[in-house]
Amino acid sequence: MKTRTTIAIFGGLVILAGCSRPKANPAPQATAHGTGLVEVSGGKQIAQAGRQLDQPVVVQVNDAQNNAVAGAAVVFRGPAGVSFNPASGPTDSSGQLSTTVTLGGVAGRYAIRATTTDTGGKSIELKLEEIALGYQQTLGRELNHQYCSRCHDPESTRERVSNYDNLTTKPHAFTEGDTLNKMSDADLMAIISHGGPALNKSPEMPPFGYTLSKSDIHAVISYIRAVADPPFHSAGVVYAKD
Amino acid sequence: MSPGEQIGSLRRKLFGDPARAFGSISLVLLVMLAISPAKNFFSEWRHYQKGYLKLVRTRADALTLQRHFSPGFQQIWLPEMGAVDRCTTCHVALKETSLSDVGAQPYRPHPPIPHSLTQFGCVVCHIGQGAATTVEEAHNSTKAWEQPMLPARYLESSCGQCHLGPLPGTPQLNLGRQLIARYGCVRCHTVMQPDGTRMMATDDPPSLEHIAEKTTREWIYAWIKNPQAYAVTASMPNFQLTDDDARDVSAFLMEQSRPLPAIHTQAAGKAGPASPDATAGASLYGESFCASCHAVQNAAGALVGGDLGPELTRIGSKAKPEWLEAWLRDPSRYDPDTKMPHYRFDPKNIATLAGFLEAKTDSDLLADVHLSEATPAQVQRGKALVAEYGCASCHEINGIKKPENFAPELSRVGSRSLAVLAFPEGVPHTLPDYIDAKVRNPRAFGPGLKMPQYTFTEQQRSAITTSLLALTDRAQTQPPALRTAAVHESNYRPAGKAGRLMRDLRCFSCHAINGRGGDMAPDLSWEGSSVQRPWLVEFLKNPETLRPALIRRMPRFNLTPDEINTLTDYMMVVYQTPTVDRDSMPVSSFTPDLVEQGRQLFYSKYACQSCHIVDPKKDKGYIGPALWSVGARLNGAWVYAYLKDPQSMRPGTLEPNQHLSDGEARSLTAFLMAQKSARQAAKK
Repeated sequence: MKTRTTIAIFGGLVILAGCSRPKANPAPQATAHGTGLVEVSGGKQIAQAGRQLDQPVVVQVNDAQNNAVAGAAVVFRGPAGVSFNPASGPTDSSGQLSTTVTLGGVAGRYAIRATTTDTGGKSIELKLEEIALGYQQTLGRELNHQYCSRCHDPESTRERVSNYDNLTTKPHAFTEGDTLNKMSDADLMAIISHGGPALNKSPEMPPFGYTLSKSDIHAVISYIRAVADPPFHSAGVVYAKD
Repeated sequence: MSPGEQIGSLRRKLFGDPARAFGSISLVLLVMLAISPAKNFFSEWRHYQKGYLKLVRTRADALTLQRHFSPGFQQIWLPEMGAVDRCTTCHVALKETSLSDVGAQPYRPHPPIPHSLTQFGCVVCHIGQGAATTVEEAHNSTKAWEQPMLPARYLESSCGQCHLGPLPGTPQLNLGRQLIARYGCVRCHTVMQPDGTRMMATDDPPSLEHIAEKTTREWIYAWIKNPQAYAVTASMPNFQLTDDDARDVSAFLMEQSRPLPAIHTQAAGKAGPASPDATAGASLYGESFCASCHAVQNAAGALVGGDLGPELTRIGSKAKPEWLEAWLRDPSRYDPDTKMPHYRFDPKNIATLAGFLEAKTDSDLLADVHLSEATPAQVQRGKALVAEYGCASCHEINGIKKPENFAPELSRVGSRSLAVLAFPEGVPHTLPDYIDAKVRNPRAFGPGLKMPQYTFTEQQRSAITTSLLALTDRAQTQPPALRTAAVHESNYRPAGKAGRLMRDLRCFSCHAINGRGGDMAPDLSWEGSSVQRPWLVEFLKNPETLRPALIRRMPRFNLTPDEINTLTDYMMVVYQTPTVDRDSMPVSSFTPDLVEQGRQLFYSKYACQSCHIVDPKKDKGYIGPALWSVGARLNGAWVYAYLKDPQSMRPGTLEPNQHLSDGEARSLTAFLMAQKSARQAAKK
């Protein structure tokens, strides 16, 4: 009975996560082994829950001299609902393996692990973190693109020039968890609604309380919380369970 | 004892005499009667409810949570939506936001959404079998239930059942709908929206009635074999024609083409030979802002330019020189419905620009195309192929009628029964997977299918699937009161001489006025209330960008003074908002004190210089329009109204409403209206 129930709970989780249970992937035959595993790109990406990340996750296997190792076997694993394509494989001639990642259907942070083994068969693990946005955070992200990011994002893109450098008081990027995590939801609500002077800060931050609705501002706050780095702990960060 | 003897002794023990028999049978009966209550007692949902009580027992707010919990079957019944949802029997904590740290289902609270769970239930959005009471039956498809729960990646489709227009929180749904219109899916597939309107395509496939004037048979051959080889951004899909098919279709298309003398009338001789001056051509291409609409691949392979018009990377391999010149002279003579404006180029400029564009060739494109003279049989077969593939659904072609209902209607594709669908190998048996596979590789579904191959990315495909899944039975049949309508484009057409001029200049390709037009440039519906006439005249003579952070995109059309007068007169009089009285705030009413007060507010209290530049030497903000000459550009009453409520004057503007008092708004207006020119600002 107990096993059946456990299976049922697990099945329910998997279905709710909206993805098929990742097939257990046997480690591919390794023709070489490294001593280190590093991230090349693809960590800390933000995507909507249940969707594929924009950029692939790329990891590299290195030997003791930090030279890339080709043909080392790498396996990707993640919590229920996360799927990889491919889920495992040998590294290419530049010592790298690239995989496209689809996140689970529940908003939160997803810890993704890449593993390889050294010559002695010892497992080497690399942990990456990806962020899945729910409905409210997605709405917040859209509002951020429209109203906030021009000043709060120091990076310019082709579509959007950043105003960051023109400001006397530099705004905080929304990923600056060190600062923003210390502000309560009520403080964020106040500064977004009534502008910088509400918290004795710069008037360069204008009030948005007469432009955005209260639920819009809640959405922006939920987005700020979702992308904070280090993660925001209100009641403990929500990791999807293994 | 042998087994036979054992059974015999057991029978004697249980049924040896009437009293024993009675006792044994009663026992059996009791056990049987207990089966049903036991099944109930050990049911999954009871197990989850017990688990929940155990989970909350140790929490700080245990008492509150226990008080909110009601044991037993729970049900949300919504007759008007046809929903009977018992999901809350196990998902007991959907409304308990304090449990947001709980990762395990079924105890997670529902993330915040704009709807009440009690009013909308669960399956309206999540699909699945709401009335079921076991995990398996509720979430998955069973023999009696086809529709499993919707995977999270397609969840936005459920919003689309009621919300027929774009929503800020559903980027996938919005993108999918855009793509369906942009790639002309609805030209073959009819999609009737729940509000009774037909979904319209937003692409602009050209008429082929005069195709031979424009290009060669060789180019047509290469194009229909693989449109993306000519232009990576081509929206025409690949029909995967064989060499013979392409040979015959190109033969027929050339054969059906009719000459178009109109495009040659003013031409011959006047323009002179195409100029090979590449530098002059490139600068004219830049000055004319061709890149606002057309993209060209640069040496690094990146596309530079807009996507309103076709990509021009290899235009020289496609367009005939005489057609290109005629087109630059007046595009509407070849295509009356084109989005391209009629530039008033002089013959020399036409020659320069045509020469510049003609040089954009790709020798590889047509290198392997060798076609011999077409035979009548080939033309005949080409015509049959054109009819078979439904080319006329998108293009006008002489001798072929636009087919009706060429492809299956998709108005209710989101509720299509799986029983009638044929799945190719490897595609999971669910509707979202079916649609996704169909968009990914339509020809895998069997030989003889006509749907062409598109080059969508995984993200685009999943957006398209999302928007198609929104087209459900429920969307069509639910009470109209539940729908929030899409805003449909108006059929506004300006009248008279100015109207003709605006059509000739294709203002609506970029600007919207009174609910019709593009979104590349500002809405002009209230332009007459907003600007001063002399500024508008100067702007049309020589447009400049108002926002330092934006690339200027408005071209100079080389208008005559007469044309400029006609346009400005019309816009100043007709495009007015009733909420602004242009004469209510004359500059003479602003005292120097008021201006100074406004300056204080501008620089200190509201820090407007963060986004706007009044003094080019000192101010740096370049997100909003530059304001050093705003006093010569805008009307005072408009500025006042705008400062009081920016969103009502320009919906969607980035400028936040600062909730100014009337006095503050007046001071700021006075300060802004005192900014007459950059030179004046520099002098201070």
